[in-house]
Amino acid sequence: MAHPLRGAVAVVGIGLTPFGELPGRTHLEIMGEAISNALADAGITKDKVDGIFGSNFSDALGALLYAEYFGLKVKVMDSTNIGGSSFNNAMQEAAAALHLGLCDVALIAYGSNARTGTRRGGGPNFGRSFDAPYRPRQPVNSYALAAARHMYQYGTTKEHLAHVAVSARQWAQKNPRAFMREPLTVEDCLKARMVVDPFGVRDCCLVTDGGAAMVVVRADAAKDYPNQPIYLLGAGAASTHNDISQMPDLTVTAVAQAAPRAYAMAGITIEDVDVIEVYDAFTINTILFLEDFGFCKKGEGGPFVAAGTIAPGGAHPLNTNGGGLSCVHPGMYGMFLMIEAVEQLRGVAGDRQVEGAEIALCNGNGGYLSSQVTLVFGTQATL
Amino acid sequence: MASARAANFQGPGPDAMWFENLKNGRFRIQHCNHCGKNFFYPRPLCVHCGSTDWGWIDASGKGTVYSTSVVRQRPEDGPDYNIALIDLAEGPRMMSRVTDIPAPDVTIGMAVEAYIGDLDKQTLVLFRPSGN
Repeated sequence: MAHPLRGAVAVVGIGLTPFGELPGRTHLEIMGEAISNALADAGITKDKVDGIFGSNFSDALGALLYAEYFGLKVKVMDSTNIGGSSFNNAMQEAAAALHLGLCDVALIAYGSNARTGTRRGGGPNFGRSFDAPYRPRQPVNSYALAAARHMYQYGTTKEHLAHVAVSARQWAQKNPRAFMREPLTVEDCLKARMVVDPFGVRDCCLVTDGGAAMVVVRADAAKDYPNQPIYLLGAGAASTHNDISQMPDLTVTAVAQAAPRAYAMAGITIEDVDVIEVYDAFTINTILFLEDFGFCKKGEGGPFVAAGTIAPGGAHPLNTNGGGLSCVHPGMYGMFLMIEAVEQLRGVAGDRQVEGAEIALCNGNGGYLSSQVTLVFGTQATL
Repeated sequence: MASARAANFQGPGPDAMWFENLKNGRFRIQHCNHCGKNFFYPRPLCVHCGSTDWGWIDASGKGTVYSTSVVRQRPEDGPDYNIALIDLAEGPRMMSRVTDIPAPDVTIGMAVEAYIGDLDKQTLVLFRPSGN
C-alpha cells in the first residue's frame, strides 16, 4: 500500500528574490519579497496562510517573529533549526500537518542578507561544543575534514572536487539568476586561494543575499491553484551527529539512511530520477550524496563527477540552477534547491530546463554534514 | 513515585568534573560500567547504552589521526594551524590540534600523544606526534 503522505501535498506557489547583493535590506525584508512572490504565484493573499514554517540562525523564536511580522494568523508554527536542511525538514513536517488537517495552507520561507548585512568571515559554532575551543573555521573545516578522509580512503583528488565546482558553474551559466556565471576551469579551482586544506575557495559555496518561499497545500485542493502543482512523493530525514568529531564515519552521510526512506515512500528507484538538487555547501557534499543516494559505489563519486555526469548534457543533471557553489547561498540553501526542483518539474527553467523532467530528487544538508533530508517531488503524471 | 536519584545525578555534573580533571593536569574520559564502552565528550548518560552507571578512567593519551586539515590565515591573523580528529586508543574520537610540526605535515594514520596545554587562555587536550 502506498504511504499515506505519497502525493498527499503539493507545492502551488514559489517565490524568489534576486540573488547576490541586496544592500540596505534586512533579512526579514528579503524574506517578505520572497513571500509576496510566492503568494502571488499561488494566487492567494496572506490571509489564507495558516501554517508558518521557517528558521534562521538569527531568529530564536522564528515562527513567532514571522507570524507577527507578516501578519499571519497561524495554527501551526514550526521553526525547527537543523541547519540549512531545516526547510527540507519543514516540507516533511508541513506535509504531515496538512495531511492531518492541522493546517490548510503552509508557508515555508527564508530570507538572508548574509552578504551585505552582516560582518563577513567566521561562520557559526552551533552552541555547546567540545570542538569549538580548538577554533576550527566552521563550517568549512568540518567539510574539509570529511574531504581529507574521503581522499585518504578512496583516492579522491582535488581535481575530482574541482569537477563538482566546474559542473555547477556550467549550469549557472545557463541561469540568469545565478550570482557567479563567468567561466571556471578545473585549473582555476586548483589554483584558487586555500581556505582550509584540502579546500580552496572554489570548493566553498557562495555567501550571498537572497530569499525564497513556497506555498504548500493538500493535493485535493492543489488543482484550484493557477500553476501546475508539484507533488511531494517521498521524504526521509536522519542525523548522524551535531559536531563533526561525533560523526561515526566521515565518508558516509545520513543520506544513506534518509534516501532509502524517501525512495520507499515515493515508490521509486534512482533510475526514475530525472533531475537532482542537492545542498552543495562544499564540493565534497555532492560526491558524498551521489554515493549515499546510490548513483555510484562508495568511494567512486570522484571519478563519477569527473566524467561529466552531473554537468549540462550529462546523464544525471544535478544542481541545475548552479547550486550553492555558483547560484545562491545565503547561509541556509535548503529552500533554493526545492524551488529549482519545482521549476524543473513545471518545465519553466528556460535554458537550463531538463527536457521532460517528471521526478526530482532533492537533498538538504544541515550543520556539519549533520542532518540530511531527502525529498522526492513529481508532476501530476507521477501520482 | 520518585525513585532514588542515580549517584551520577548528584553533585557536580560530568562537565564540571571534566574541567576539574583538566585543571589538575589529568586527561580522563568516561567509562560505562554497564556496557563497558568509553565515551567523550562528557555526558550524564552513556552515549552507547544510556546507562547512568559510569565512572572516569585515565586516558592513555595515545591516539591516531583520523582526519586532518590546515586552517589558512592571512599573515596579520597569525600562522596557519592544524585541526585534526583524533581516534583515542580507548575508542572515542575528539577534535584537537596536532602541534610541534608544520600543520600540513600532519597525516591521517599518524600516531600521536596527548598533552595538556593552553590555547587562547583555555586549557585543552592537544596532541603531538608520538615520540617527538
